[in-house]
Amino acid sequence: MNAAGIFSANGGRKRLAAALVVALLAIAPALAINFPALTGRVVDQANIIQPDTRVAIEQKLADLEAKSGIQLVVATVNSLEGQEVEPYANELFRKWALGEKQKNNGVLLLVAPNERRVRIEVGYGLEGTLTDALSKVIISNAMAPRFKAGNFSEGTSRGVDDIITVLTTDASEWQKRPSLRLDYQQPVDPANWILLAALFGFFILFIVSPTFRWLFFNIVLNVLASSGSSRGGYSGGSYSGGGGFSGGGGSSGGGGASGSW
Amino acid sequence: MVVSMARIRGFFAVILLGLTVAGCGYNTIPTLEVQAKAKWSDVQNNYQRRADLIPNLVSTVQGYAKQEREVLTSVIEARAKATSVKIDASQLTDPEKVKQFQDAQNQLSGALGRLIAVSENYPDLKSNQNFLALQSQLEGTENRIAVARRDYIESVRAYNTELRTFPGVLWASTFFRSNKPMAEFAASTGSDKPPQVKF
Repeated sequence: MNAAGIFSANGGRKRLAAALVVALLAIAPALAINFPALTGRVVDQANIIQPDTRVAIEQKLADLEAKSGIQLVVATVNSLEGQEVEPYANELFRKWALGEKQKNNGVLLLVAPNERRVRIEVGYGLEGTLTDALSKVIISNAMAPRFKAGNFSEGTSRGVDDIITVLTTDASEWQKRPSLRLDYQQPVDPANWILLAALFGFFILFIVSPTFRWLFFNIVLNVLASSGSSRGGYSGGSYSGGGGFSGGGGSSGGGGASGSW
Repeated sequence: MVVSMARIRGFFAVILLGLTVAGCGYNTIPTLEVQAKAKWSDVQNNYQRRADLIPNLVSTVQGYAKQEREVLTSVIEARAKATSVKIDASQLTDPEKVKQFQDAQNQLSGALGRLIAVSENYPDLKSNQNFLALQSQLEGTENRIAVARRDYIESVRAYNTELRTFPGVLWASTFFRSNKPMAEFAASTGSDKPPQVKF
């Protein structure tokens, strides 16, 4: 979709193109992939991990988060839905928002048994600790050989052990590692003079016009009151679990490694 | 007197209306612009990261495959070219410049692909620990580039759409006249998805 090219046309086509872009943006979410829901620390959609192993892994993952704040989640999926494992894992990671929002300290271990692909997707904040090279080593040594033999429970369990070992060996490293990313929204100049002028105009109107006073109390205050209740900060989306397990708002930029067997 | 009073009220009402609109949309364009520029620096950082890996990779391959001089030279040259093309955030609106950057990076991707393909013929090299680590780093970097590009394209799309559509177009044609739409990566070259370096 080469928008620049379309837009260089005349005004009428310009408007059409703009409408098209909006329409496409509206359609895009509908075409999105059906990701499994984040139901716990182990989301075994493909049903390849034995129950007792699963319980053991979940306990380790809970301990890890209690100790370090790191959210490590294991996911197995029936299908990558035609995608490569890398973009799938990245989108799933971002959808689940693993790790704390400020630290981005989440890790996703994704296994797609039908595509024979595995990936360790590492959040921004842990890229320096669980590096691409280390992730690759974990996959090719601990996991892939066991997966090849059909032993998914043990392979996953060993992979989790190794990831935890890497993450907890050098605790000082991740603790002092701030998010160095540039994607924080920088505050935009609020154009103070506009606010000042608005306030001035408001007071004048308020004093001069009874109609405006009526309008203000009836409409403006109503709107403010109703929007006030939904203005719960920007982390609202993350904590939707309602008692269950949920991500903390972290993100990933494609760190980690993938492998096949 | 009554008439003039009504006029004053009308005048202020118009101002207030305008300012209310300012409250809900004035900041959108600058915010999106800052976001898109930040995404761009991610893209550039990741390409830089790839460039930083190459000298090490080349010298490792050289130790095992000296005779592949041609491939090695082409990688070195492509890297030199790619690192010389830099775009700062204010040049993002220039499609020519963006294309130049893109082309240089694509050329490097191609040269790297050939280098990796050639490496397949050298079993000693393939089992070298240093080479394996470099490979996984390169693979990870390619993936980061793909993610950063996707994010950038998405944020440019949001920014350009805001400039073209209501209510953003009101601000774009008044307060933000100097804000031009940013150039997207050309999708026509088939490089929307950068070449996968598979091992």
